[in-house]
Amino acid sequence: MTNPNPIYVGVDVGASRTKVALLNPECKLLGHCVKKSGTDFTATADFCLESSLKMADASVRDMVKVVSTGYGRKNVSYSEESKTEIGCHAKGCYYYYPRAITIIDIGGQDNKVIKLDATGRRISFKMNRKCSAGTGAFLEEMSPRLDIPLEEMDGLARRSTEMVKLGSFCTVFSATEVLENIRKGKKIPDIIKGLFHSVIKRVIEMDAFTENVVLTGGVVAHNPYLVTMMEEFIGKKILVPEHPQLTGAIGAALYAMA
Amino acid sequence: MSDEKKVAIRRLSTAKDMGKFMADYYYELDDAAKDDKQKIAWCTSVGPAEILRGMGFLTYFPETHSAMLGTTRMATDLIPKANAIGYSPDICSYLTADIGAFLEGVTPLSKVFKGIESPPKPDVLVFNTNQCRDVQDWFSWYGEKFNVPVVGVHSYVGVKEVTPSHITSIARQMENIVEPLEKVAGRKLDMDEFKHAVTLSRECSDLWEKCLAAASATPSPLTFFDGTTLMGPAVVGRGTQKAIDAYKLLLAELEERVDQGLGALEEERHRIYWDGMPVWGRLGMHSKLFGALKANVIASTYCSSWIFSALDAEDPFNSMARAYTELFIVRSDDYKEQYIKDKLDYFNVDGIIYHDAKTCPNNSNCRYGMPQRLAEETGIPSLTINGDLNDLRLLSDEQTKTNVEAFIEQLEEN
Ligand code: SF4
Repeated sequence: MTNPNPIYVGVDVGASRTKVALLNPECKLLGHCVKKSGTDFTATADFCLESSLKMADASVRDMVKVVSTGYGRKNVSYSEESKTEIGCHAKGCYYYYPRAITIIDIGGQDNKVIKLDATGRRISFKMNRKCSAGTGAFLEEMSPRLDIPLEEMDGLARRSTEMVKLGSFCTVFSATEVLENIRKGKKIPDIIKGLFHSVIKRVIEMDAFTENVVLTGGVVAHNPYLVTMMEEFIGKKILVPEHPQLTGAIGAALYAMA
Repeated sequence: MSDEKKVAIRRLSTAKDMGKFMADYYYELDDAAKDDKQKIAWCTSVGPAEILRGMGFLTYFPETHSAMLGTTRMATDLIPKANAIGYSPDICSYLTADIGAFLEGVTPLSKVFKGIESPPKPDVLVFNTNQCRDVQDWFSWYGEKFNVPVVGVHSYVGVKEVTPSHITSIARQMENIVEPLEKVAGRKLDMDEFKHAVTLSRECSDLWEKCLAAASATPSPLTFFDGTTLMGPAVVGRGTQKAIDAYKLLLAELEERVDQGLGALEEERHRIYWDGMPVWGRLGMHSKLFGALKANVIASTYCSSWIFSALDAEDPFNSMARAYTELFIVRSDDYKEQYIKDKLDYFNVDGIIYHDAKTCPNNSNCRYGMPQRLAEETGIPSLTINGDLNDLRLLSDEQTKTNVEAFIEQLEEN
């Protein structure tokens, strides 16, 4: 019997968030879900699948193939194949921007810079070193210290009139610098913009970028002001897909379709 | 994606002979230390071992001990002990692990070789800074602890072309260490014994070079991970007949594999070059990781570091000066770049792994743009992994795995 509603599933189990994307054969995103990965990756992946299927008004029977990716890719009980997150991000981004691109993914625990040529061939990639400076974890670490919820950071940074520049390379040193600035009476929006700026600096120094830059990842999804700042910083327009946090999962679903 | 449980790596049967060689070597040292039969010199891994043999010293190489601290994964807990007495966690983790082991009174030798309780006590320590300055600091610390002399050769760095003045200076320094060494040895340097050691060293080096060259066959009969342990005799046994005998056996087995078309991996889809030091505590893990991806790491800068083709018994001091200055680690970046390029070509390599070892800048060649330059010139892609030779706190296994898998995935898809 042929499947009237074939669905291709991509599951991206990141160290911080789990993402699921469901695509139909025309690559339309029918359902998706993002949830904190927590400690039980398998249960989280199950939950995300269920809620994505509900959103797509589909059922498990409609699933043709599942590909998993990300840190917990081996913990997805219903996946048939796994691919690296580098491969999936590349595939996901190239689908939206089929040209030579530099992809910058700012994730919860790590950053990636992936370069593709005009045919979508991967030329090179880099992940950040072990340190979490410049990743989502950096902002997550700073949020309780400043007693500011993560979701308010973007709005606050936009209100900055005089950005505070943070010089350190490392998260711990930056935290000390932030405290110093609070003591000096600097305004919170200015400090938060400084934090965004330091995320951008850490990413920029990872590699040299080509003409077209695509920015993805949870940090970008939740802090669109970071994109504006980055555009100012590198002096060019940045491409951001509609669901920047889902590109890895979408790429995995595209692999499932291949 | 890799499934490390299913990896089929063909082990070399002569690896056992190499193991026996190392056991005999350490027992001989242990005996000598216990009954004071023979004087013992500690020597750096690319130090002037032949001179020591010409005076009847048995030679012990602390770096090999440190590598064992790495492979047995003892190093990570010992390094902080040396940090606590002032040796920074950022400097050579061979040094910090070894000093830490001494401070704690432990050694992997006693784990591996029954009856050996400690490294053999030195009568003298001999270094050559051709590899780095850390060896001098390391040996000086022991010199003080054991109250024995420390002598050394101070080499050049960043040498583009080895010139007669380099040779003269290094050869003179080598001649100058003879007298203090004779005092410790209680005898004169015997020129015949010395020359004989140079002859044997050269022969050992030629055989080791041939063993490594066997990896140019497709499929390669050898992996880099095997090479890091098979090179033991070339490090500790150069200048002896036993090392030569060991490598004759190894070479015969490798040649037989090549004749039969037998690779070290059951299936070799990619041929990888490794630049930098191994991560000693992860040799098995990395070997399986690459093997499962059908990628064979076939050649390296590191294992080739014990090739001393300039050695010539007719002119022992000058030829030693040349051989120990010609080494990769001593050379300028443009020399190194060309050297690696030649290797990529010779071994027909598809991809390069650079290991950026946090505590050994001397063996980490990816820090001044070389990967980018070489990729541009050769079109061969590369991946840099961050880690360390001994300090496992400086690496993330998960990140290494993801990086390597993504790199091989990239080679597959292109
Ligand atoms: S070359 Fe590197 S690993 Fe070897 S002794 Fe020097 S610093 Fe240590």
